[in-house]
Amino acid sequence: MSLVQDKTERHTLSVLVDNEPGVLARVIGLFSGRGYNIDSLTVSEVSHEGHLSRITIVTTGTPMVIEQIRNQLDRLVPVHRVRDLTVEAASLERELAMVKVRGTGEARSEALRLAEAFRARVIDATTESFVFEITGKSDKIDQFAVLMEPLGLVEVARTGVVAISRGPDAM
Amino acid sequence: MSKEMTGAEMVIQALADQGVDHLFGYPGGAVLPIYDALFHQNRIEHILVRHEQAAVHSAEGYARSSGKVGVVLVTSGPGATNAVTGLTDALMDSIPIVCITGQVATHLIGNDAFQECDTVGITRPCTKHNYLVRDVNDLARVLHEAFYVAQNGRPGPVVVDIPKDVQFAKGTYVGRENIEHKTYKPKLVGDADKIQQAVDMIAGAKRPIFYTGGGVINSGPAASRALRELARLTGVPVTSTLMGLGAFPAANGQWLGMLGMHGTYEANMTMHGCDVMVCIGARFDDRITGRLDAFSPGSKKIHIDIDPSSINKNVKVDLPIIGDCAKVLDAMLAAWKSQDRHIDRAALDDWWKQIDRWRGRNSLAYRLLPDTIKPQQAIERLYAATKDRDVYISTEVGQHQMWAAQFFRFEEPNRWLTSGGLGTMGYGLPAAIGAQIAHPEALCVDIAGEASILMNMQEMSTAVQFNLPVKIFILNNRYMGMVRQWQELLHGGRYSHSYSEALPDFVKLADAYGGVGIRCEKPGDLDGAIQEMINIKRPVIFDCIVDQQENCFPMIPSGRAHNEMILGDMAVDLDEAITDEGKMLV
Repeated sequence: MSLVQDKTERHTLSVLVDNEPGVLARVIGLFSGRGYNIDSLTVSEVSHEGHLSRITIVTTGTPMVIEQIRNQLDRLVPVHRVRDLTVEAASLERELAMVKVRGTGEARSEALRLAEAFRARVIDATTESFVFEITGKSDKIDQFAVLMEPLGLVEVARTGVVAISRGPDAM
Repeated sequence: MSKEMTGAEMVIQALADQGVDHLFGYPGGAVLPIYDALFHQNRIEHILVRHEQAAVHSAEGYARSSGKVGVVLVTSGPGATNAVTGLTDALMDSIPIVCITGQVATHLIGNDAFQECDTVGITRPCTKHNYLVRDVNDLARVLHEAFYVAQNGRPGPVVVDIPKDVQFAKGTYVGRENIEHKTYKPKLVGDADKIQQAVDMIAGAKRPIFYTGGGVINSGPAASRALRELARLTGVPVTSTLMGLGAFPAANGQWLGMLGMHGTYEANMTMHGCDVMVCIGARFDDRITGRLDAFSPGSKKIHIDIDPSSINKNVKVDLPIIGDCAKVLDAMLAAWKSQDRHIDRAALDDWWKQIDRWRGRNSLAYRLLPDTIKPQQAIERLYAATKDRDVYISTEVGQHQMWAAQFFRFEEPNRWLTSGGLGTMGYGLPAAIGAQIAHPEALCVDIAGEASILMNMQEMSTAVQFNLPVKIFILNNRYMGMVRQWQELLHGGRYSHSYSEALPDFVKLADAYGGVGIRCEKPGDLDGAIQEMINIKRPVIFDCIVDQQENCFPMIPSGRAHNEMILGDMAVDLDEAITDEGKMLV
């Protein structure tokens, strides 16, 4: 039957856009105006000469809604290309986080040991604190933050997800 | 060509190069340089409206009736915000508009300057695209690009916001040659394999229907021609949305009338019972589908649309074809002919027999009264008096709009101007003015309600100033009729604030504006009064006093299925057709 299916899925979309004023507002306005979810959104210029920016959006919705989001993004005038990396290609996803932990004694040593296990780097230290830099999939960062909680987690800053397809081809 | 000139001169030059003859606008501080440039030329005629919303609606009427882009010029701040309703209307109904807005000087932007507003921010969700031009050397390119974006792909409104210092600054003008958008390139030609599949599905159908929409009109006269030819060759019944009326001739035997919430019984039942539905340039709007999970449950659906985001938005279809209606229909026609395809004649005959039974209910029937004009009767008499003329009909929004759609019969595209998607009361008079500008010799009639017309009544002044003999045909029932109808059917008859109190005397009002007023109250006077209205070569307000209580039927209540229509009491009973549940609905 021609009805919206209820099962929601998580998809990662890559959107190549003209780097012009208002383009991010257009994309965000589309999501808020039409009631779509944004779980993560990153944007940065990727070609200075080509005036191109790449937006990575992680969203959840039913397959029909995901298809709508794709098509709605694609019809924005400054959008060059939209790829659903979840269905169109095997892809890689990474997120970077900076994690500040405060503590002394055994908790401090434990934080450092766990950081090594997670391949997090120390990028700032005082006698009572560390700032760790950690890169990985979002759930790895989630897990790291959970482990740091009892050891004196102060705050976390995360970039949001960036993603790219595997293999030799561009999006 | 490239040439030094000011930004304001570039605006005029770009409009001239785009073939613009008419511009609907209202001056103000932030567009004075452009108005000064207008003063120095005779190429483009400026139509001074009385409110910026009406400037956009006039441009919509102009565009819809002529197939050209409608052009608007308004000032910053309130000029731009007043235009927002018109822009949203044009976006919803896919009307090509270029709206030029003045802006405060670039160094003042963001300072809460006098008559400043964030025009590109405000209009971002209600335009197809918009631009703020900060460098005069970008201006000509942006203007040409705006025309390209407005009319290519699914048409829509484009705003170009020009700060006042950019209008004064000198820069290099570039012509329109070779300007298209570097990324916006809509797909026009349908995939050949999908067109073949569509032809196979239609040829194999036993109970087919063509469900057409505004996209057929937007695609141009070629799309209407192809639709007519395909319908003739296949024998398939045709229905249309509100926006698509006229693409298929109402006089044709295959025409079922409009479908949807106030569509005919036969159109909705045919949609409900079909086995192959071909949706051409329509978008499965909620006013069309009714309850989604009961919408045409047994059919395979083909959807032809230029906008991929219309596909599978509300209804999952079996065969989407992305492309321009005219090109896709032509390709289907060519395949149909070259392969000498035929529909199963016996099955189609049975289908038509069923449809004729549904037609037999006469779902638009209404009861005539001896001393009171019925609104449907007024439109039927207006149609009878004008059908042999070159006529353009606009409407406001409400019961009168639906009755016009049901009872005025359109044989050609571009003759019907109405606010479908947004449902904007106040659309009709400025739209009629726009149509009259595009077609000076034609008869342009705004079928109105007494409530709607007051929303842009001031445009009577525009009509008088420019000697535009538009006719405002008011079905005056002293109610916001559609609101009253819903209150009667769904809110226990509690008529909360839907009574038109303190109405003006429309005859005196016409006179005060410098037009002509006619009042008609008796059925026997109707034909003579309509003839008098047609004969007057000036703006006329025709105050037609009609039955206050009449409801617009058939009606599919919100959230109900096509086979759960409410019919008027004059419709012929046909027990098999409507379910008991449907009868219970009132």
